[in-house]
Amino acid sequence: MDITPQEYRKLAEKSAPRSPVLADCLKAFGVGGTICMLGQAIALAGQAGGLGEKDALFLASLTLVLLSVLLTALGAYDVIAKHAGAGTLVPITGFANAMTAPAIEYKTEGLVMGLGTKMFTIAGPVLVYGVLASVIYGLIQAALTLL
Amino acid sequence: MAERKGASTVTLSARPRVLGHAAVVGKKEGEGPLAGCFDAVFDDVTMEKESWEQAESALQKEAFTRALDHAGISPSQLDVLFAGDLLDQCTASTFAMRDYSVPLLGQYGACSTMAQTLAMAALAVDSGAADLAAAVTSSHFCSAERQFRYPLTYGGQRTPTAQWTATASGCVVVGMGGKGVRLREITVGRIVDMGVTDANNMGAAMAPAAADTLTRYFEDTDTRPGDYDLIATGDLGACGSSLLKELLSRKGLLLGSNYRDCGLMLFDRETQDVHAGGSGCGCSAAVLCGKILPQIERGELHDVLFVATGALLSATSARQGESIPGIAHLVRLTK
Repeated sequence: MDITPQEYRKLAEKSAPRSPVLADCLKAFGVGGTICMLGQAIALAGQAGGLGEKDALFLASLTLVLLSVLLTALGAYDVIAKHAGAGTLVPITGFANAMTAPAIEYKTEGLVMGLGTKMFTIAGPVLVYGVLASVIYGLIQAALTLL
Repeated sequence: MAERKGASTVTLSARPRVLGHAAVVGKKEGEGPLAGCFDAVFDDVTMEKESWEQAESALQKEAFTRALDHAGISPSQLDVLFAGDLLDQCTASTFAMRDYSVPLLGQYGACSTMAQTLAMAALAVDSGAADLAAAVTSSHFCSAERQFRYPLTYGGQRTPTAQWTATASGCVVVGMGGKGVRLREITVGRIVDMGVTDANNMGAAMAPAAADTLTRYFEDTDTRPGDYDLIATGDLGACGSSLLKELLSRKGLLLGSNYRDCGLMLFDRETQDVHAGGSGCGCSAAVLCGKILPQIERGELHDVLFVATGALLSATSARQGESIPGIAHLVRLTK
């Protein structure tokens, strides 16, 4: 090749079409915001129905997770996510999708090594680093109280 | 017997020919610009099987049996079959062939597998090692997604440079005699790695390999791109195709309107949401067997360079941050 790898990588980057960042952000904001508003509405309805604040928030999370699982199983979640991006990834529905999708996909490999193991292929890192972050947060808080 | 021409091209002087071929595809491929070109279109891409892997094997079996039917031979008459696919350990191919006692050599060349297996079949017949040889390959969107990317129902976004793995299979039977398409020359590809690490831009990873193979072929044969009716790469997609044109133009080799890419022929990028175009072993296989070979047979094309390209990465190598080695094998086809 009479072109250096550096030159070629520059050429390849130049010729690659860019993602439409503004449109992607707006769609993510719209869909993500709608999911959060739906969660808020469920929580408010729960409170109006006599639930305490904590229980009402729990109801909102549970309902959204259920909805996400249903939409994933029906093959609709990925269609929405294709447009919404981070809008469907960041809320709790994204986590539910990340657990359900591999569970459906890998059930052909058995209930233990397939479904059981691979259910965490996408969500696993979120759990590991989520727990790690909360441990660090806890330690900092404990240190601050001791001071 | 095969003769060397120049540094790296082989002339198949015993005149091996295509005796039969078949292309079978899934629903999306069957609705694309090549609708009506295929031997069968399966709307149900599960192929009524329990797993995507079994579905891919069933698809490959369909292409294999139909190509043999067209050639008028039975599996037991085949002296050797070269088969390959994208799945780990090439199981789509080996499992598809469980029902047939055919001497089999598994091949892996990623998306270049159709050209690789076809070149091997042509060499086997040309050398006299086989009277009848066949080349078959397949890919399935769902089994490939699962292996290389994410579960199907996972809500992720694809980048604009990503390509769509075709659900398709193609098979070519090669032998002597008859009036089929002639397999004239082959140039075996070299690994070319220009340091592209983005697994979502495989066209860019493979374009330098296609440029390398084509350059060596033109040097060996003392020809120019304009000497051919069609130069078909597969599957560089939109990004890779434009990079190939740029790389070759720097060497003074201009690809004109006779240049097409199988990944751009199989799908309509405007309406079929495939981003940069099609990919997968089955993509160039289906375009070759469904479109190019029939066009040569009908006399619409006379001299064709089929250059299938492969990105030789694995899910593991991609996660380890390795750059993607590309390869491209060339087969010249004439009436």
